[in-house]
Amino acid sequence: MAGLRRSRMTNVLAQQPAVELRAVRKSYGHVDALRRADLSVYPGQVTALVGDNGAGKSTAIKVLSGAIVPDGGEMLIDGEVQRFASPLDARASGIETVYQDLALAADLDPAANLFLGRETLRSGPLGRWFHFLDFAAMERETQERLRELRIELGPGAARSVDALSGGQRQAVAIARATSWSRKLLILDEPTAALGVQQTEVVFDLVRRVRDQGQAVLVVLHNIPQVFEIADRITVLRLGQTVGQFATADTSMGEIVSLMTGVPVGAVLDRDEGDG
Amino acid sequence: MSTELTDPPSPDTLPAAPARHQRFAAAWARVFEGNLWILLILGTIVCFFTITSGTTFLAVDNGRNIALDTSQVLLLTIGQTFVLITAGVDLSVGSVLVFSGVVAAKVMVAIAGTPETTGVIGEGATTVAGPSGPVGLAIVAGMLAGIAAGTAWGAFNGWAISRLRIPPLIVTLGTFGMALGIANLLTNGVAVPNVPAEIQTTVGSSQVAGAIPVPVLVTAIAVVVAYFLLHRTRFGRHTFATGSNPEAARRAGIRVDAHLVKVYAISGFLAGVAGIIDLARFDTITPSTHTTDNLNSIAAAAIGGTSLFGGVGTILGGVIAAFIPAVLQNGLVIRNIQPFWQQVLVGAIIIVAVYVDQWRRRRRNAK
Repeated sequence: MAGLRRSRMTNVLAQQPAVELRAVRKSYGHVDALRRADLSVYPGQVTALVGDNGAGKSTAIKVLSGAIVPDGGEMLIDGEVQRFASPLDARASGIETVYQDLALAADLDPAANLFLGRETLRSGPLGRWFHFLDFAAMERETQERLRELRIELGPGAARSVDALSGGQRQAVAIARATSWSRKLLILDEPTAALGVQQTEVVFDLVRRVRDQGQAVLVVLHNIPQVFEIADRITVLRLGQTVGQFATADTSMGEIVSLMTGVPVGAVLDRDEGDG
Repeated sequence: MSTELTDPPSPDTLPAAPARHQRFAAAWARVFEGNLWILLILGTIVCFFTITSGTTFLAVDNGRNIALDTSQVLLLTIGQTFVLITAGVDLSVGSVLVFSGVVAAKVMVAIAGTPETTGVIGEGATTVAGPSGPVGLAIVAGMLAGIAAGTAWGAFNGWAISRLRIPPLIVTLGTFGMALGIANLLTNGVAVPNVPAEIQTTVGSSQVAGAIPVPVLVTAIAVVVAYFLLHRTRFGRHTFATGSNPEAARRAGIRVDAHLVKVYAISGFLAGVAGIIDLARFDTITPSTHTTDNLNSIAAAAIGGTSLFGGVGTILGGVIAAFIPAVLQNGLVIRNIQPFWQQVLVGAIIIVAVYVDQWRRRRRNAK
């Protein structure tokens, strides 16, 4: 098993990972979703998590975001072992996730979504005893946050999220996650539903969050996109980490061959045969 | 995504006080949230009857009657609005109302005693001896028991929906039958006799400040509290979030299951209060009444702009809409027109209201 795992030392590894999974296991009945997942994400870097369907990417993300409790292995945050019993624990550790479905309440406005479950209450007895909301403060902070990320929502945005375009919704979901994340931002297939231009906008956002010094973990299917955005790449196959690389040290051919388990030459031959 | 242009500043906006003006406009827009048209419909109906039968229709007494007739369905509409916003529905409200009234009546009779137990009863007796027990205690205890019973039914609805994962339609259809059935078992299907008349004199037909009937005052307080609860507090925000996207609410750390129990309990609580009002107004409660209250409250909420698919709704819209049936009924009777037209008109308004709601949504999404 260990023979399959490849790691190449580069200068980035000298840093301590912000979050690390070590030999994490998770099975559902007799199905092993994760058999031995290793994953390191570093502050100020974008790590891409790639793998074929059923490789365990979603399960790995759910472990990191506290949605599932692994059967074995350990998780380290800044080098300290941590256990998440629920998504609230992950959030308390500064980990935020942008789910593929975005998890937005479409009938509520962007500010309401940004503060969903973490509403700002008015000061004074109205807020303390009756939980009155501080609409102005939440709206102000939302505008500030959107401006920081240079997101323009246009005039329709005042009302509800379902009046926004797909890219704008994605931006609201990312703005929410980055507003609260302090350590790690996780994005599950952020570009799956987006066109070329909107994908660029999302990648710009991701880079900006990275440049603020946070760790970013992004699940992607599109390998050219991986090479465009990621500083590091982790490959999962059949629930097992089969490679962790600095993007500069690897190639698309190598990543694809690790994902599929087919040697590099064979993949290229088959692709040429199809073409 | 940054290609949208912002609206050019309106030339007729005074530069002197834009902030105050805009905040007022925004507050106004939020108050009605697009429900102005339903207020116009109500206004038109009122105007029509005022013009055609002025003094009779517009008399203070008549207005008071309309308010009294609307108070119960209005209470149910408030609860229904909360429930509908969570993408649920509460079909049990009318039965819970009756159940609560019956429980309250039974408790009152049990504590206050009946003429039979004092052994004084005569034929056609209008002057039988009054209750033997402590009447004040009986009324208070009965009210509390009735409201508690309604709240309990609501909490049960919420529990079955959130924990047993049974669709709201089915759960509340079940409790609709159960609550009514038990109420019938408790009363043998007839009006509860011997309820202390004091409840009528102190609550049902008494007026505060010589003008406002107590049931109307209670309902008005409920409207104000519900307005702030839904539109100003975290509880209300979570109610909208639960109906808009329960999974997102859950992931955001909102305890959706517990929240649903609370929302259905509110609906049951208000049905309980409405049951007490029924008992207080008529000094008895008959299980065979209120069978279509659930549909009436759903209709009022829907006309008032509350979405039957959840996530959207207002208290004030439902309040305005709840008056339409009573105003129509009242005006038609005064005009000597067959009051059955009320059913026809209200039915048509429901269809138009939901059409307007969907048209509004389409337009919003097309932008």
